[in-house]
Amino acid sequence: MKFMGYRRADGKAGIRNHVLILSAVVCANRVARGIADMVSGAVWVEHQNGCTQLGADLELSKRVLVAHGAHPNVFGVVVVGLGCETLRAQAVAEEIRAACPGKPVKLVIIQDEGGSVKATAAGAVAAREMLGQASCEVRVEIDASELILGTECGGSDACSGISANPALGKASDLLIEDGGTVILAETTELIGAEHIVAARAVTPAVADRCYEVIARCEKQATDMGVDMRGGQPTPGNIEGGLSSIEEKSLGCVYKAGTKPLQDVIDYAMPVTKRGLVWMDTPGQDIEQLTGMVAGGCQIVVFTTGRGTCCGSSIAPTIKVATNSELFRHMNDNIDLDAGPIVAGAATVDQIGQVIYDEMLAVASGKLCKAEILGFNDFAIHRIGPTM
Amino acid sequence: MMSQKRAIVMNEKDNTATAVETIESGSSVVVSIAGQDVVVAVRHNIPFGHKFALRTIELGDPVIKYGETIGYATKPIAGGEHVHVHNLESGRGRGDK
Repeated sequence: MKFMGYRRADGKAGIRNHVLILSAVVCANRVARGIADMVSGAVWVEHQNGCTQLGADLELSKRVLVAHGAHPNVFGVVVVGLGCETLRAQAVAEEIRAACPGKPVKLVIIQDEGGSVKATAAGAVAAREMLGQASCEVRVEIDASELILGTECGGSDACSGISANPALGKASDLLIEDGGTVILAETTELIGAEHIVAARAVTPAVADRCYEVIARCEKQATDMGVDMRGGQPTPGNIEGGLSSIEEKSLGCVYKAGTKPLQDVIDYAMPVTKRGLVWMDTPGQDIEQLTGMVAGGCQIVVFTTGRGTCCGSSIAPTIKVATNSELFRHMNDNIDLDAGPIVAGAATVDQIGQVIYDEMLAVASGKLCKAEILGFNDFAIHRIGPTM
Repeated sequence: MMSQKRAIVMNEKDNTATAVETIESGSSVVVSIAGQDVVVAVRHNIPFGHKFALRTIELGDPVIKYGETIGYATKPIAGGEHVHVHNLESGRGRGDK
């Protein structure tokens, strides 16, 4: 299969042509948003990170920011820093330039510009120029094998494992059969289903990694001396009929389809293998979403039973309802309905094909609802304390 | 032809069914297990998405859905009873034990 996308100078395939205003530190959020407000069509991200972080935690935050700026769905990027922070905005801009020669990158440092008003103006001028250039880019035909799909389920209910996740699994299989790549994530929500994924690992080393990341994740709960059910499944999951993390996980794992597992990678690391890849992320929806986008996925399919509206600012996030009542009730936010499977009116394979067709349409430019409504959810997973 | 069931059994090994509509206590519900229709007398009100037992599950026995263990019975469960956090506990992530 083919889609119409953007061929970037670094050879990668993009499905959007965003100008991204990237706050590099919590103190620059207001300016980043101010720039985006002034320039129609720009997107921005803001977050709580970038200062008084240490070691691997600092590196992880930087990796996520650089990966968003370097992402193939981004035409150009304005990096905004304050000037005195731990995570140097200069380094973020330099690493984006090094990763993507030819990509427009503008660095704005608030202290150097003389305050927030002047910094906003400097960023807006750069963003305005980039949007003009971006509008001249033309979509070209690209093979579906260059797509990386991020899969996610959030606000699960008991239908997640019956309808939307198996259907997304079918769509995952279709993409992999076309040579593409699928990210399975949410390690917490694979506790109790790890043996199913590990059995499909291409090597014993990859299978070992499945058990390793699950053991580390489960140990975090046991080390705190609590029953994980305090947080997982969530109160909404339990209300929806899910009784244990195992039940939730066994429903979640369907979205990965049936293909061999090629690799297990750390949070926000670049996806380098084709086929099915497990990224070790938390179950928190936005941290997971941000990690998968940083890993290079251009598109996300997100199944939900309780209903969620979130979306990445740079990677279209398609929502699939597990039941038709939710599809009607939150129709402003949900793109597709897998409920007919529960009702016996459609098969998993039929809805899987619908999801795959929608993915290719969205990859070619069709807007999904989270994009139209301007969602720009972004949260970086933390592995160390704020000092 | 596909027909709508009020509850779904995901795998023939399962000892639970999942209600796909609200089921009132006292209902006789037909479920399909490996292509065979089986009637279960439901003993509680079962909300949409919740589970009921297909047969007796003894104290400590695994509760099975998708053909896999989703937890263990914390009290004896009779066929047709609601199965949820009041009579099923997770075996994973239990830092409290």
